[in-house]
Amino acid sequence: MLDSIRPAITTLAFMTLLVGVAYPLTVTGVAHLAFPDQAAGSLVRDDTGEVRGSRLIAQAFDGDQWFQSRPSAGDYATVASGASNLAASNPKLFARIEQASAGLAGDTPVPMQLVTTSGSGLDPHLSPEAVTWQVPRIAQARGMAEAELLRLVEAHTERPLFGPALVNVLALNLALVDNPSTSSQ
Amino acid sequence: MHDYDWLLLAAFFLLVLAPAPFLGRYFYRVMEGQRTWLSPVLQPVERLCYRVAGVDPEREQSWRGYALALLAFTLVCLLVLMSILLVQGALPLNPQQLAGLSLPLAFNTAVSFVTNTNWQAYSGEAQLSYFSQMLGLGVQNFVSPAVGLAVLVVLCRGLARQSSDRLGNFWVDITRAVLYGLLPLCLVLAVLLVWQGVPQNFSDYVSATTLQGSEQTLPMGPAASQIAIKQLGTNGGGFFGVNSAHPFENPTALSNLLELASILLIPAALVFTFGHYVRDLRQSRAILASMLVLFVIGLAVCAWAELQPNPALAGLPIEQVGSLEGKEARFGSFASALWATTTTAASNGSVNAMHDSFSALGGLVPLVNMLLGEIVFGGVGAGLYGMLLFVLIAVFLAGLMIGRTPAYLGKKLEAREVRLMVATLLVMPVGVLVFGALAVSFAGPAASIGNPGPHGFSQALYAYGSATGNNGSAFAGFTADTPYHNLMLGLAMLLGRFGYILPVLAIAGSLAAKRAAPQGQNSFPTHGPLFVVLLTLTILLVGGLTFMPALALGPLAEYLAF
Repeated sequence: MLDSIRPAITTLAFMTLLVGVAYPLTVTGVAHLAFPDQAAGSLVRDDTGEVRGSRLIAQAFDGDQWFQSRPSAGDYATVASGASNLAASNPKLFARIEQASAGLAGDTPVPMQLVTTSGSGLDPHLSPEAVTWQVPRIAQARGMAEAELLRLVEAHTERPLFGPALVNVLALNLALVDNPSTSSQ
Repeated sequence: MHDYDWLLLAAFFLLVLAPAPFLGRYFYRVMEGQRTWLSPVLQPVERLCYRVAGVDPEREQSWRGYALALLAFTLVCLLVLMSILLVQGALPLNPQQLAGLSLPLAFNTAVSFVTNTNWQAYSGEAQLSYFSQMLGLGVQNFVSPAVGLAVLVVLCRGLARQSSDRLGNFWVDITRAVLYGLLPLCLVLAVLLVWQGVPQNFSDYVSATTLQGSEQTLPMGPAASQIAIKQLGTNGGGFFGVNSAHPFENPTALSNLLELASILLIPAALVFTFGHYVRDLRQSRAILASMLVLFVIGLAVCAWAELQPNPALAGLPIEQVGSLEGKEARFGSFASALWATTTTAASNGSVNAMHDSFSALGGLVPLVNMLLGEIVFGGVGAGLYGMLLFVLIAVFLAGLMIGRTPAYLGKKLEAREVRLMVATLLVMPVGVLVFGALAVSFAGPAASIGNPGPHGFSQALYAYGSATGNNGSAFAGFTADTPYHNLMLGLAMLLGRFGYILPVLAIAGSLAAKRAAPQGQNSFPTHGPLFVVLLTLTILLVGGLTFMPALALGPLAEYLAF
């Protein structure tokens, strides 16, 4: 075994330089040339250049005039994010969902996405149905026509080939701010 | 299931199975030292590596020499990685000024990555510097699957070679596996992942002011390069704590497809690599068929279970569809079930949803996949050598049934090989049942359980199954970062890794020394549908007999309680 120690150390050192240093640096170089925005974290900036978040990371939205994000088990903490890890059979899950659905109750059943916490705690998306379900509340709070909000939702709906249709909640709420007819809050 | 779910499933199978014969042949050429189209670029690098290491690439080792080299390499990797994790506070590339890990956590994490398990008792963005991620974990993400691949090709050589005691050179095998095999694939996947939105930078964490004016810290780092090898090397240790559920780690439906297919890309190809070694691709197709049968059964159960509404929530005024607790909106129930089945069929262990919140039967499937030994495709190298052990056991059982000395591909299986095979059958029961029983028997360790009732028992069973199976996924409500579990799970990982590797190398040595008898009309065919059925039943029987009582106490009891 002793005569294997030298190749063990040198092979590990060589691999460290190759796949621990050269490889990530190469990927970083290519990424910054080809996809600089994504490589930097898909940051969202306002007119003054200040970072207001990332397109990919959910934010908390409190108040009736905003579209709510997916609930987060870690209260939207980013370092570190987390999930509830409650079992389907856990009475705590039932109690939490019962409470959340009572707070949201409307004429139609509450969409599943609005009462369950996501795996990451930072899920930036909702289904168009879960967003549309919130439209009457926001229309009332902002004094807007529902039809106008529905048009906005439609304009922000993505339909990927290999997954469900999605609305990015941060982008949608940003559109509420940018839209002059919605700024009466 | 929606249209996009079917599209995902079709694209997934296409990306895994269509390249497999070609990639399998490529890996055969790579591991046998033949020229490939990358040789003009990579050969100088390869030669340099041998010169620095003082390795003569032409000198092959006996199985003992090979095993000693492998153990020496693992030991050095373990010590170096542990040191990096302990002293990361004093090392560069640490913008968040994170302190070193505690000794038990550093031990657990180092064992976890050296054994290709990638169990995460830590959370990447909160506890690890960029240095630890890249030069520590990232390097092991490459070399640990290379070791698995090396052990597989030694077993293939043992079956293919005649009256030989030479089985290859460990240093050459791992170097070529990394250079020609893993690295080129990772470069392509990493860039595709950045395109989809995975960060790749060395910035400090970004401070943002949210739309409603609160502070938000956005974690950054060289994530894409790490995630590519995490998927392709069946590692599974996420750059971020919540793994591929994190929107930075797996941002879109397309990145989800690419990461999913990457889990099985190499393991599926290696089935054909084996066929090239033994010059009989019919053997590959039989093994692949058995793997696919087991995979599809698992997927069907898991997906069906996850698409059913949670009966516990039936009375509430909410939409009655499959539960989305612990699942991401961009994936939905089916893609989460597909990932859970895939990541445990292989020894990957990455997750895109939290298995702890799956339904009882939905969580049963990943658990069973791991307990069977992760032989349905399995980890890079590790999956197929595990599967080949089951092939040998099936052949042995068939030999008993027809009263003839069992032989596989002309090589007789005698007392020594059978003893070694049976030894490997004890690894999972010892690691899961003995260690798991200890974990739930003492008040201290049992306090890590985070859910009441039978599901709580499932959490402990899952943790020790994942560690012994070198998987790395978790029922994550189980608090793993305690001194007791860090130590015991670390030992379970070592047992699960070397409890297979050493007997497999010994079997390879013993098979290589034999002459293959010419296969005549009387030899038992190991490639037809009959053998596929026999192999599949052997796997289910051995796993079922061993683990049924434990499963009855956990997920089955949870299911029946409703």
